[in-house]
Amino acid sequence: MTTVDQNGKAGGGLEQFDVEPVNRRDRQQPLYAPRKKIHPKRAEGAFRRFKWLVMLVTLGIYYATPWIRWDRGEFAPDQAVLLDLYNRRFYFFWVEIWPQEFYYVAGLLLMAALGLFLVTSSVGRAWCGYTCPQTVWVDLFLVVERFIEGDRNKRIRLDKAAMNASKLAKRVSKHAIWLLIAVATGGAWIFYFADAPTLLSDVVSGTAPTVAYGTIAVLTFTTYSLGGLMREQVCTYMCPWPRIQAAMLDEHSLTVTYNAWRGEPRSRHQKREQTAGTAAGDCVDCNACVAVCPMGIDIRDGQQLECITCALCIDACDDIMQRLDRPKGLISYSTLASYDHNMRLAQLADGTIDPGRVHTPEGRIAPEVQHTTLRSILRPRTIAYFTIWSLIGLAMVVMLATRERLELNVLHDRNPVSVTLSDGTVRNGYTVKILNMMPEKRTILLTIEDFPESAMLMPLEKDEPRQAIFLDVDPDSLRAQKIFVIADPGGLEGQQTPFRFRVRDSAGSERAEYDAIFDNGGAR
Amino acid sequence: MSEKEIDDVTNVETTGHEWDGIKELNNPLPRWWVWVFYATIVFAIGYCIYYPAIPLIEGATKGVGGYSSRLELQQTMADVEAGRADMLERIRTTDVTEIRDDPELARFASAGGASAFKVYCSQCHGSGAQGAAGYPNLNDDDWLWGGSVDQIAHTIRHGVRYEEDPETRYSEMPAFAGVLPREEVLAVANYVRSLSGLDHEGTAMETGTRVYMENCAACHGDDGLGNTDLGAPNLADALWLYGSSHQELVSQINNPKHGVMPSWGDRLGDAMVKQLAVYVHGLGGGE
Repeated sequence: MTTVDQNGKAGGGLEQFDVEPVNRRDRQQPLYAPRKKIHPKRAEGAFRRFKWLVMLVTLGIYYATPWIRWDRGEFAPDQAVLLDLYNRRFYFFWVEIWPQEFYYVAGLLLMAALGLFLVTSSVGRAWCGYTCPQTVWVDLFLVVERFIEGDRNKRIRLDKAAMNASKLAKRVSKHAIWLLIAVATGGAWIFYFADAPTLLSDVVSGTAPTVAYGTIAVLTFTTYSLGGLMREQVCTYMCPWPRIQAAMLDEHSLTVTYNAWRGEPRSRHQKREQTAGTAAGDCVDCNACVAVCPMGIDIRDGQQLECITCALCIDACDDIMQRLDRPKGLISYSTLASYDHNMRLAQLADGTIDPGRVHTPEGRIAPEVQHTTLRSILRPRTIAYFTIWSLIGLAMVVMLATRERLELNVLHDRNPVSVTLSDGTVRNGYTVKILNMMPEKRTILLTIEDFPESAMLMPLEKDEPRQAIFLDVDPDSLRAQKIFVIADPGGLEGQQTPFRFRVRDSAGSERAEYDAIFDNGGAR
Repeated sequence: MSEKEIDDVTNVETTGHEWDGIKELNNPLPRWWVWVFYATIVFAIGYCIYYPAIPLIEGATKGVGGYSSRLELQQTMADVEAGRADMLERIRTTDVTEIRDDPELARFASAGGASAFKVYCSQCHGSGAQGAAGYPNLNDDDWLWGGSVDQIAHTIRHGVRYEEDPETRYSEMPAFAGVLPREEVLAVANYVRSLSGLDHEGTAMETGTRVYMENCAACHGDDGLGNTDLGAPNLADALWLYGSSHQELVSQINNPKHGVMPSWGDRLGDAMVKQLAVYVHGLGGGE
């Protein structure tokens, strides 16, 4: 080890290295960077209008769905979409799902995952930019903020202003409306789990279950804090999805792209550059794209994890381009492949961009430039996703359409397995469980098949043993009926006789069977 | 280390501890953390006063709240009892033959009987009431003392040959060893086997019939169908409590075995006896 003395001379005549510590005291970066508040400016344009529409539809679906009525007769709830946890039933319009049919939900989840792959590989992070609840609610909260505090500049001024009555009033009313929206969000959620009109009156009158109020409170808190206070930080720091989605994009996926090949070199002084004879791209460095961005990023830095591809920068930039009478699409949905193609076209040998190579003398876009069209969506990868996705969907539809609404389960008594009766015949006990999955009372015919030597009867009944019994099963419920099967072991071979229980809807054609075993007794 | 050492980089005091040249900074704890720490101390003091906490030589401090886990168990048990009180009262006031008429009551009684059976009856009759040699199977349709629900209730309530209960089911078959000559005992055992169609020798039938009619028919009946009033088993069916072989029959005639069952009425109370009767009656052999 060599020590360096105070004067910077290495002891023993050794060389002093030209090196600096990464964390020199006067240059230290704080490890924790406070958030820079973002004040997104209101954007106008085609994508903004589309986003308003998506917001209307998604919020409409979320708030309205529990209130749709669906007549299922008198024995089932008349709510179109209902997750009845207490009775363990899931109703979705004409579909009713019992707990043992939960694989339908697994199928739906598979479809959701594949659907997301499909959407991401074709149109990029469209989920993030348009339909993610975080995006939709932040958008909604921003509407409120803009309505009360004004657009970007006014909000910045208000933030800097000292607290006074007017600022206080604005702040209080903003947060009050946010909280109202948050309560309504949590409030709408619980209606999916119980009859909505009844629950609403219960909630208002204070007689609803504690779990309902608890759910509203939790969702109010999360909506208010995630949508109102944390906003873009949720996407950047909390959500795993940006990382996963980035891995699913390829060079043919549509992403919001700053077309550097026609924008660079950017300049605020286009006229001066032109008169000076230096090249200038289309970008006038007005920062409109940064001002409208809800994530607060600069799309001109290229693809980045924070970008949710909400396309508001496209709207902002198109507006500027139009005012400058230049072709729209300086920022546009584009694929990496066509971006690279155009970049090669624009670049000179030394790597600098010459706007003249991609522009006509009139300032239009040169014909050799490759434009991204929707045809980029049709690729083997997306077609494969779509095929698998629709096959699963088709399989589920077929299963739903052909599934039985009558099921049979049989439990053979085990203690004792068989009982010898005074006349020497042997009796076996079974718990026959009949599931009537229809919302109507049905009369079911229970029969013994392939066991002519036997007969059955119910406990404590006076009737003669027989091979067929009619059983009434209540709507949408399970009937567990103890059944005794009696046979003379004299005519039976071995220790066990296999046979079948069969149930049949006496009015329809539905049937179900169960393979059972009769213990011939006498072994003890 | 009396003098404070200040770290150059951070300007924070060190603790003076050093490991391989690395010194520990004495950064102050976050304020909120310290307050939570104090709050836990306050909580712990309150806890020790309210709940039993400090062990003494015998037992522990009781705490001012009067809490004990045994008390909590008693309270829970009392709540369960209180929850059942209504149904049990209905069972007490309903005749055992009428419990079946009320499906709700029948379900409650049957479930209660099933759990009580596991505790009090399964030792002899088996957990599935399937019985064993010498202990009757309660699933079948062969009843020594009658298989109607009130007869079963009486048997449970007063027991069988249980001398402390004056109303107990009582009967005793005499021992015929020494009373009847050996060949007559052999002959009547042979005859009894014939009653239920078991293999028997044709030669001694005449003697057997005569001896049966003279000594056995009074209780077991002319046809051997038995008598539930006397607890005399049916000899013409397929079920044998002490075995059906010739040897076992001879042994039973010479020196009869008699089962004993305690009376449960005083011990379990009326409602439990009724529940047990409903359960046993519903096993499949009830008449």
